[in-house]
Amino acid sequence: MLDVKNIYKTFNPGTVNEKTALRGVSLTLNDGDFVTVIGGNGAGKSTLLNAVAGVWPVDEGCISIGGVDVTKLPEHKRAKYIGRVFQDPMMGTAATMQIEENMALAARRGRVRTLRPGITRDERDHYREMLKILDLGLEDRLTSKVGLLSGGQRQALTLLMAALRKPDLLLLDEHTAALDPKTAAKVLDATERIVQKDRLTTLMITHNMKDAIAHGNRLIMMYEGNIALDISGEEKKKLTVEDLLAKFGQATGSDEADDKLLLS
Amino acid sequence: MDFLLSFLNSMPGAVGQGLAWGVMAIGVYITYRILDVADLTVDGSLATGGAVCALLISMGANPWLAMLTALLAGMLAGLATGLFHTVCGIPAILSGILTQLALYSINLRIMAIGDESAKTKNSLAISVDRHDLLVSSRNIRKLTPENPILLLVVLVVVVIAVLYWFFGTEQGSALRATGSNGNMARAQGINTNVSKVLGLVVSNGLVSLAGALLAQYQGSATVDMGRGAIVIGLAAVIIGEVLLSGVFRNFALKLLACVIGAIIYYGVITLVLRLGLETTDLKLLTALVVAVFLTIPYWKGRYFSKAVKPAKKEESAHA
Repeated sequence: MLDVKNIYKTFNPGTVNEKTALRGVSLTLNDGDFVTVIGGNGAGKSTLLNAVAGVWPVDEGCISIGGVDVTKLPEHKRAKYIGRVFQDPMMGTAATMQIEENMALAARRGRVRTLRPGITRDERDHYREMLKILDLGLEDRLTSKVGLLSGGQRQALTLLMAALRKPDLLLLDEHTAALDPKTAAKVLDATERIVQKDRLTTLMITHNMKDAIAHGNRLIMMYEGNIALDISGEEKKKLTVEDLLAKFGQATGSDEADDKLLLS
Repeated sequence: MDFLLSFLNSMPGAVGQGLAWGVMAIGVYITYRILDVADLTVDGSLATGGAVCALLISMGANPWLAMLTALLAGMLAGLATGLFHTVCGIPAILSGILTQLALYSINLRIMAIGDESAKTKNSLAISVDRHDLLVSSRNIRKLTPENPILLLVVLVVVVIAVLYWFFGTEQGSALRATGSNGNMARAQGINTNVSKVLGLVVSNGLVSLAGALLAQYQGSATVDMGRGAIVIGLAAVIIGEVLLSGVFRNFALKLLACVIGAIIYYGVITLVLRLGLETTDLKLLTALVVAVFLTIPYWKGRYFSKAVKPAKKEESAHA
């Protein structure tokens, strides 16, 4: 479904702030893969996701989604294939617009916007049903402004919106990192349900090793702008945090991972 | 008593001007509030609207056609600003200033079209005696259908109705999303550059239309008629919001609040002129009014915030 080939990205080239964030990353996701991504700060996790989403062009390499080469497509055109949830709960929704208006915008992702009504009555009923899945009481607040919701509610809504029109690829960028543990668990729960329901091909970044092990059918660990570990199948199912740290040490020849990863 | 009478006597004039500027304020609302861009093109496009309308009317064209042409000319100005901003990557404020500056030259040329004795002109008079004008301050106290207030009210209602419809469509919603959260808009497949250009086009079209109305209302177009227009427009938007945001929640009513803000603004201006200020003092006064009305909501939030926190806690408990 997703095919990333040998991509490179350097920020601020030629300046003192030069930073090579991706060094020849290649990654192939099969249809229905749910891949969790871990790695320390600056390992290139978010950069990889942003490269796939098209926030900026990559320096080298190519990216295709469902067989379509999207390397040169701008962000808004790639949105046709991609559902996204950001780390910042404020980023995924339009605060000054109503819950139902936000959902209606998401329902038209990747379509030409016409002069037809922005939302219809049938849609409203459909959205109310969908919001019940979240179990946050939002189904009774369709016309509330999103800015009135809590971070957790906004993040859950963004998640629902990302999957409203079945995306070829779902990108979750540490979408529970800014939430308190209880809310984070709820949003992660909702994530699992939504991904399973439509068997969405998913790439989920997390800071939490336990979450990375507990979710998905495949786990990759990034280190210094590349993929250091790629674990799937039976091996992934039996994985423990200790295994992971040991494997990481072997793969990279460093033991700095322990504190870097465990502390963050 | 005399003072009060003379003030009341000048109120219809204030209402008439306020309504025409209300159309302009709606244009400012679209960029400033919906698109979240401070667009300074309007100082130029208002005068462009006046110039185009006055020129066509003085040449004997139908005044409706003249207004439609003024609307299109304003849209073109908005397009220029939009392209400066999105294609050339110039910051929005600077893009507006560039177009505004360029329009000054263009407006001087427009008003001299068809005149063999001059290449540029800084004003163009149209008289209700010789030309067919839709609105004229001359008729402001007449109790006949010629009274400009009647037509201005109808126009304001039509403008609000059309915008209410437009911002409810898919394209209009995309425009609102662009102003609310560009990241979200792009993630939903919205080309935010197209939205911004479209918003600037619509906004400047309305501003130019207001210029066309004002030229007819005053009986002339001048190259300076748009000077400081952005501040008057902002004053109207902000006065409307500060006074009416508590009661007007519907989108159409929010647009109406801009018009009411403009009428109140001209009411206040009329009052201070009666109190003995000179017309040249008005720019200072306008600047102060806008500063005060921008300060009020800021201080309200900062020093007089009500108990918002408990409500927030309850919200997060749900999550």
